[in-house]
Amino acid sequence: MHAAVIVFPGSNCDRDMAVALERAGAKVSMVWHKDTALPEGIDLIGVPGGFSFGDYLRCGAIAANSPICRSVVAHAEKGGYVLGICNGFQVLTETGLLPGVLLRNAALKYICKPVELTVQTSDSAFTSGYEAGQTVTFPIAHHDGNYFADGETLKRLHGEARVAFTYNTNPNGSVEDIAGVLSENRRVLGMMPHPERMAEEAHGGTDGAAMFDSLVSQVVAA
Amino acid sequence: MKARVHVMLKNGVLDPQGEAVRHALGQLGFDGVEGVRQGKVIELDLAETDAEKAREAVTQMCEKLLANTVIESYSVEVS
Repeated sequence: MHAAVIVFPGSNCDRDMAVALERAGAKVSMVWHKDTALPEGIDLIGVPGGFSFGDYLRCGAIAANSPICRSVVAHAEKGGYVLGICNGFQVLTETGLLPGVLLRNAALKYICKPVELTVQTSDSAFTSGYEAGQTVTFPIAHHDGNYFADGETLKRLHGEARVAFTYNTNPNGSVEDIAGVLSENRRVLGMMPHPERMAEEAHGGTDGAAMFDSLVSQVVAA
Repeated sequence: MKARVHVMLKNGVLDPQGEAVRHALGQLGFDGVEGVRQGKVIELDLAETDAEKAREAVTQMCEKLLANTVIESYSVEVS
């Protein structure tokens, strides 16, 4: 499996994501935001956490309009896999690949701590290594993780079982405790918590490893 | 031409920053502030000289980048 990890000015989890993917057996290419094309044969694109473009205008808004993001959207539109974590989730909502938006945390504080999540669906290449209803612990580290979508969108997300993860104790005001959502074809996942920072023993836990393992074993060229 | 864009959170979208400002005003003794909504003002200098064309272009800019219409509304002034 060949993965590309996009690097924006201000990305700070790009290497963590690459290490987690490599540990699971993927070949990883780092791709700079000014590049217009992805390397040949990319199966998965990782959009990493960080503070792309200093969160100017809105979190993820400038990155979502960078040259490489046209290729990211094209990859997703032809059925390719995309994983957006933290700032990557914000970028994916700004591109329109995922519904909703991430607002400032309800208590206005930056929150950095491990949180318990419930896996809501195992029906995706990202979550098939988990059982639906399973509790996992991933760290969060964000100031703008307060997921918001209108009632109609939420109804559709639930009806199609596209909520991937929920917080057991809501840290940031996210509507219906939502921590991560899938696209309609279940091949794009955006989530605020960081599985790549809980993927080997030295991290203090390995709950995140199953996501990268299942991605590497299941994802085939789009 | 110059254009000024106001971007505001839509009604019904919680504005925690506005709420924090409202709370701080109350602590300063400004009673009776029943609501605060915080938005953005973006000023643009445009080469365009036709007001209608300028307005149209800025509206496109709002739709594509300056506002996230999932949660924000915008208004455009051209002068």
